[in-house]
Amino acid sequence: MSMRRFSLLSLAREALRGHSGWQPQWRSPPSPAAAYDAVIVGGGGHGLATAYYLAREHGMRRIAVLEKGWIGGGNTGRNTTIIRSNYLFPESAALYDHALKLWEGLSRELNYNVMFSPRGVLMSAHSVHDIQSFQRHIHANRLAGVDNEWLTPEQCKAFCPPLDISPHARYPVLGGALQRRGGTARHDAVAWGYARAASALGVDIIQNCEVTGIRREGPGGAVSALETTKGLVRTARVGVVAAGSTSLVMAMAGLRMPLESYPLQALVSEPVKPVFPCVVMSNTVHAYISQSDKGELVIGAGTDQYTSYSQAGSIQILTHTLDAITEMFPMFRRMRMLRAWGGIVDVTPDRSPIIGLTPVPGLFVNCGWGTGGFKATPGSGHVFAATIAKGEPHPIAAPFNLARFETGRMIDEAAAAAVAH
Amino acid sequence: MLLIRCPHCGDRPEVEFRHGGEAHLARPPEPAALSDAEWAAYLHQRRNPRGPHAERWRHIHGCGRFFNAVRDTLTDRFLATYPTGAARPDGTQQGDPA
Ligand SMILES: Cc1cc2nc3c(=O)[nH]c(=O)nc-3n(C[C@H](O)[C@H](O)[C@H](O)COP(=O)(O)OP(=O)(O)OC[C@H]3O[C@@H](n4cnc5c(N)ncnc54)[C@H](O)[C@@H]3O)c2cc1C
Ligand SMILES: [Zn+2]
Repeated sequence: MSMRRFSLLSLAREALRGHSGWQPQWRSPPSPAAAYDAVIVGGGGHGLATAYYLAREHGMRRIAVLEKGWIGGGNTGRNTTIIRSNYLFPESAALYDHALKLWEGLSRELNYNVMFSPRGVLMSAHSVHDIQSFQRHIHANRLAGVDNEWLTPEQCKAFCPPLDISPHARYPVLGGALQRRGGTARHDAVAWGYARAASALGVDIIQNCEVTGIRREGPGGAVSALETTKGLVRTARVGVVAAGSTSLVMAMAGLRMPLESYPLQALVSEPVKPVFPCVVMSNTVHAYISQSDKGELVIGAGTDQYTSYSQAGSIQILTHTLDAITEMFPMFRRMRMLRAWGGIVDVTPDRSPIIGLTPVPGLFVNCGWGTGGFKATPGSGHVFAATIAKGEPHPIAAPFNLARFETGRMIDEAAAAAVAH
Repeated sequence: MLLIRCPHCGDRPEVEFRHGGEAHLARPPEPAALSDAEWAAYLHQRRNPRGPHAERWRHIHGCGRFFNAVRDTLTDRFLATYPTGAARPDGTQQGDPA
């Protein structure tokens, strides 16, 4: 299907004829073909991006994305969209900054407005430990060529006027680390933009199609087909990108993963006029907040303590988050909250993702992004596509191999940052 | 918030408890005899099932004791709680993938 490009002209033309001429933005065949060269399990942002780069950069054509629900209905459509790349370790900085560079040109590349808004991500420091840890991050980031700078409390206030920097606050702001290139993007648009661009390159996007089994009848137990709620799909290459459900899908191939799935919640306020110019994260007070273009305050909460697939978390997690938000931003004390929801995030022991090959030939996995993978969507899809196409890890993906839990070469961002978004 | 039945104290709100991860993981008696893969599996691989899950809890703001529970991770409903050392109760296994 050829993709009708968005342009000033096409928008003006449609405006004049009452927007009656728009076509569906991507093909979604009701059921999969009998066979594909590669099948992606999971139609979130990461899975759709993987399919897009497989088609676009590696010339593969017979590709399907199988999604058990609707595309973007998982964590992609449930997250608070914070984008940044100022991670501590060189491996992580390389991966997340690769993604950030792709974000910067993504709307143009996809011809779809993903509303990437590099409005700056400010992490506030409230203790001596915070100051030392953030400054260590800043130095490490600068060595890795990633922007991150230290702000005094007054500079924090100038950058984010709603912030309470009074020394009488319960957790006074002692400074902050600012990544100016960080920001937010429109989550749905990311899924839709990749779907549209992938579809235009011939990728089949099949919704309401749950993968229920993995057949391994190839040589050496290699993947040969997927069982789905819409029939058998033959393929020798499978990329599993199923976020919170990864353990379940991988168990179909007989693999047990170093993952646990936890509920993570977020909430939004009633919409108000622009009051909040940037993203603020506080690991210590445990609050993070931004304002969407619709005007809602977007507030992220923490994970529940127990594993769950319920896509719902506990109320005390939300109230704790709002306590923290109103402590830091007293002006929001009388704001009403509109909606709260949960997603299921897949957490690894070192809080870094897993991207690469598995012990099963033909089976590739991209998971473990936990509470913070939206920011990586373009980079994750890009390096995972290369890994699937070539059958060997892309250099940026290589350190994030599954075998690191055996070799001990962890990328311990868990210890580096108490909260990772 | 969950309502959790401590086998020693009875029904108490979740905030009195700490989740302790998957239950019935016995530390291998001779770690040095294991391959790297076996040791990594013990340390890091988890069943992470959707459905009944045997897990440890600690009544940290109560009696302080660890105990085990089987909870359905799809509904968060507890099927049973039982003292550490006891076997997983009958009838709580189904739905748990290998
Ligand atoms: C509340 C919340 C806030 C967050 N905030 C941030 C943030 O601010 N910044 C950030 O960077 N990250 C954040 N994250 C994390 C981020 O959302 C995820 O890491 C990221 O979106 C994962 O993308 P994905 O495409 O892999 O997953 P998903 O979008 O979850 O896609 C996986 C898809 O696989 C499908 N699937 C599962 N099993 C099967 C099957 N058997 N067959 C077919 N399909 C299947 C699912 O239906 C789903 O659509 C947040 C997450 C949550 C829940
Ligand atoms: Zn007790």
